[in-house]
Amino acid sequence: MDPYSALDPAGTPAALSLRLFYGYLDVSAVVFTLVIAALGFALGRPRQPAADYQEASPAIERSKSRAVVWATVATVLTLLGLLIASVATGHAMALLPAEPPVRVQVISHKWWWEFRYPVSGSATQFSTAYELHIPVARPIQLELVATDVIHSFWVPSLSGKRDAIPGKHNVLFLQADRPGRYEGQCAEFCGTQHANMRFLVVAERPDQFVAWRDHQLASPPPPSDPLRQRGLEVFMNSRCSSCHAIAGTDAFATVGPDLTHLGARRRLAMGTLENDSTHLSHWIEDPQAAKPGVQMPSTPLSPEDRHALVAYLEGLK
Amino acid sequence: MNSTFEPTLAEASPAAEPRQRSTLYDLLATTEHTAIGRRFIATALGFFLVGGVLALLMRLQLATPLAHVMGPDRYNQLFTTHGSTMMFLFAVPIMQGLGLYFVPLMVGARNLAFPRLANFAFWIYLFGGLFLYIALLSNTGPDAGWFSYVPLAGPEHSPGKRVDVWAQLITFTELSALSVAVNLIVTTFKHKAPGLSLDRLPIFVWASLVTSFMVVFAMPAVIIASSCLALDRLVATHFFNPAEGGDALLWQHMFWFFGHPEVYIIFLPGVGMVSEIVVTASKRPMFGYVPVVLANVATAILAFGLWVHHMFATGLPQLGASFFTGASILIAIPTGVQFFCWIATLWGSRPKVDVPFGFVLAFFATFLIGGLTGVMLAAVPINLQVHDTFFVVAHFHYVLIGGAVFPLFGGLTHWFPKLTGRLLSERLGWLSCGLVFVGFNLAFFPQHLLGLRGMPRRIYTYLPETGWGFWNFVSTIGAFTLGLGALVFLFNAARTLRSGARASANPFRAYSLEWALSSPPPRSADRIVPVAASRYPLWLGELGRVEGLARDEVLVTRVVDAEPDHVGHAPTPTIMPPITALATAVLIVACLFTPWGLPVGVVLVSLTLFVWFWPTDREPAFQTRERVSSESVGKEVLP
Repeated sequence: MDPYSALDPAGTPAALSLRLFYGYLDVSAVVFTLVIAALGFALGRPRQPAADYQEASPAIERSKSRAVVWATVATVLTLLGLLIASVATGHAMALLPAEPPVRVQVISHKWWWEFRYPVSGSATQFSTAYELHIPVARPIQLELVATDVIHSFWVPSLSGKRDAIPGKHNVLFLQADRPGRYEGQCAEFCGTQHANMRFLVVAERPDQFVAWRDHQLASPPPPSDPLRQRGLEVFMNSRCSSCHAIAGTDAFATVGPDLTHLGARRRLAMGTLENDSTHLSHWIEDPQAAKPGVQMPSTPLSPEDRHALVAYLEGLK
Repeated sequence: MNSTFEPTLAEASPAAEPRQRSTLYDLLATTEHTAIGRRFIATALGFFLVGGVLALLMRLQLATPLAHVMGPDRYNQLFTTHGSTMMFLFAVPIMQGLGLYFVPLMVGARNLAFPRLANFAFWIYLFGGLFLYIALLSNTGPDAGWFSYVPLAGPEHSPGKRVDVWAQLITFTELSALSVAVNLIVTTFKHKAPGLSLDRLPIFVWASLVTSFMVVFAMPAVIIASSCLALDRLVATHFFNPAEGGDALLWQHMFWFFGHPEVYIIFLPGVGMVSEIVVTASKRPMFGYVPVVLANVATAILAFGLWVHHMFATGLPQLGASFFTGASILIAIPTGVQFFCWIATLWGSRPKVDVPFGFVLAFFATFLIGGLTGVMLAAVPINLQVHDTFFVVAHFHYVLIGGAVFPLFGGLTHWFPKLTGRLLSERLGWLSCGLVFVGFNLAFFPQHLLGLRGMPRRIYTYLPETGWGFWNFVSTIGAFTLGLGALVFLFNAARTLRSGARASANPFRAYSLEWALSSPPPRSADRIVPVAASRYPLWLGELGRVEGLARDEVLVTRVVDAEPDHVGHAPTPTIMPPITALATAVLIVACLFTPWGLPVGVVLVSLTLFVWFWPTDREPAFQTRERVSSESVGKEVLP
């Protein structure tokens, strides 16, 4: 299984796109072969090339005219068939889901993805970053919001892309047919760290999804050991808390990703780094090293403070 | 039938004066379309080389995952400058430069309609290109893409001068392209040799004419767009700011209304050259001359109706998207007709397979692939997957390199004797053709697969676990092979300029009027104006000549039938076009740094224009002479 590829679909829209692509590819292969074969016949065997102007016989000219007309007619009919196939596939993809979808708000920032469950207004909402968890075999309705520049939400295995545009509300429906992890990324050039604006779709069984959601809604328990307690203090007293939120603490800023369950995420910095103490420590010390131009500033801390902070954050499962 | 390959105009007119050494003033003030055209071509090849080096640097960075050749800031400047260079400083100018050089020769005119304006266009183009590269070298290269999407390119997200440089580069290239386009239109319409009616124009001249009209219609859209962007950035208007009632998508509509026709502005001259090479190699008349001309016109019209296929992912209603799918698929029909007509021309003709024809064969194979992937991109469900991925990068390089650069290399080889008086080496020509073809396919074919496997465009790095490393490495090897092929081509040209074999007037026994003149052609004042008796004037019928035209006169003919209309005065050389271009460049660049740039620059430009257009006490611009029919082939046409 290739979690990056549009050639390995795990959802209906992606599967429909791929089927249409293979259809076009087959037609293209036939057209390419026919045209190149015709050209080969036209050039014929290597003979003495003509040195002077040659007049063609009217009979040959007439048969050439017929051939060109028929080739043009065949082109028109082929293209018409391709057009119909495209519109029909587009229609099948646009069919609204039969059951009420799971709604998630996707908020794109320079250069990270925020996912809000359920959509704002409800009392029980939470926000996470990088990982989009969805129940398998259920339609998902994604409401795409852009806060700064245009981004584009793309999970090749599940669906084609859809732009998130400032001042415009776009909606994308998708569905995962089998459990798995599918890689996603921003597809519209959005500035310095466009390349590292990834996310991960985690499609799980409905019971797993509900368990995950309930866990996300709960605040993590306050730290019990002295090291992690010191880490929380460092977090609150350094610049961390001016941008990040952690549920159950006094940190509620929304400039950067919500860190409530940071320790449970599979990767850091939008998929750029593995999520372990070493990488997290380096990331806090110098984010520009891993992602030049990223908005997060480096946080000068003593090695002990940084160690405590990392222990606290990694414990936020 | 009177088949003649012997050029009848190769000798200079009897009144010709011997050539004198040119001073710097003569070079700057020139009104010779050949000199201006050659400068356009040489400068564009220079920018092609530089833009190619930028591409190779990017390929080095992408050759392996997590490479550290450069950081994102540099990479973004490079891909923006690469795209802007190839579109605005290479492809359009070189096609227009070939038009400036060859259209007057091919229609039998002594000169362009407005040679001073052409001189102005060259200097504006050169200043614009230098401006971009001075900015890049001082780390102020534009970095928001050659498409400069807002809000990313707006004042909030791109502070500093980088995007301003891009917007002003657009102003330079607009001015230059429009000046050349009107020149080519009027030259084709009013300066054709008697007898060369519209239905006898060579296909390349038709392609150049159609392209020039596209420039006239497409450029205003981007003039408005880039001006609005500059206003948003410099004086805080809010055309594209949704927070203040502007619209971010409006930019995309205006940009692509220009941007898509731009592709065909580059492509149509390319296929025009293919037609010339096919006809020359097969020694046959163009099969389906009228359908091919109509296909050019149809392509030009349809090109303005499919810009939205760049915007399918923005969330359009299904019906609207389907309309643009239909229009995008439709444009394959005129292109298909041209393919069929080339094959029919070649059918049974035993063409001479020389280097230009080799490039045409490379064009057939690669452009066909680019066209077919273009049809795929027109289908919304496929487009939404591959849009903004390396699949699209592969597609448009197949269309632009396959559809325009291969024919261009073929055309340059075909016309090299007429440009320089010398013949290119066949061996080096075949070597470059082979390297370019193999390198190109190695570089770009794997990118289709990379796109399908999820690799987005415009990323400066990727993770090893994506599995994109292998094909990226292959692509980089291909890119360097392609670069080597281009170098061999330029080396061949440079070596031939020094020591190549001298060319006769018509070494390939071609049909059109430029081959009736010596290689290189005489100065415009020394040229004899021919009278054409057929669509293939050097193959069929007798080539007449217009008598009684003084050295400082040009013949003006009617648009459709090319009957002589009146005799005009040839514009004399003047230093004012380069000076006006310099004043215009000061205006455009100064606006970036101070609001005073506008009033001061406008005064400067106005002053130079006053001097340029100050009436002299010469006789009136033209005098009407008795109309005569071009039926009098070979006789004195003018009393």
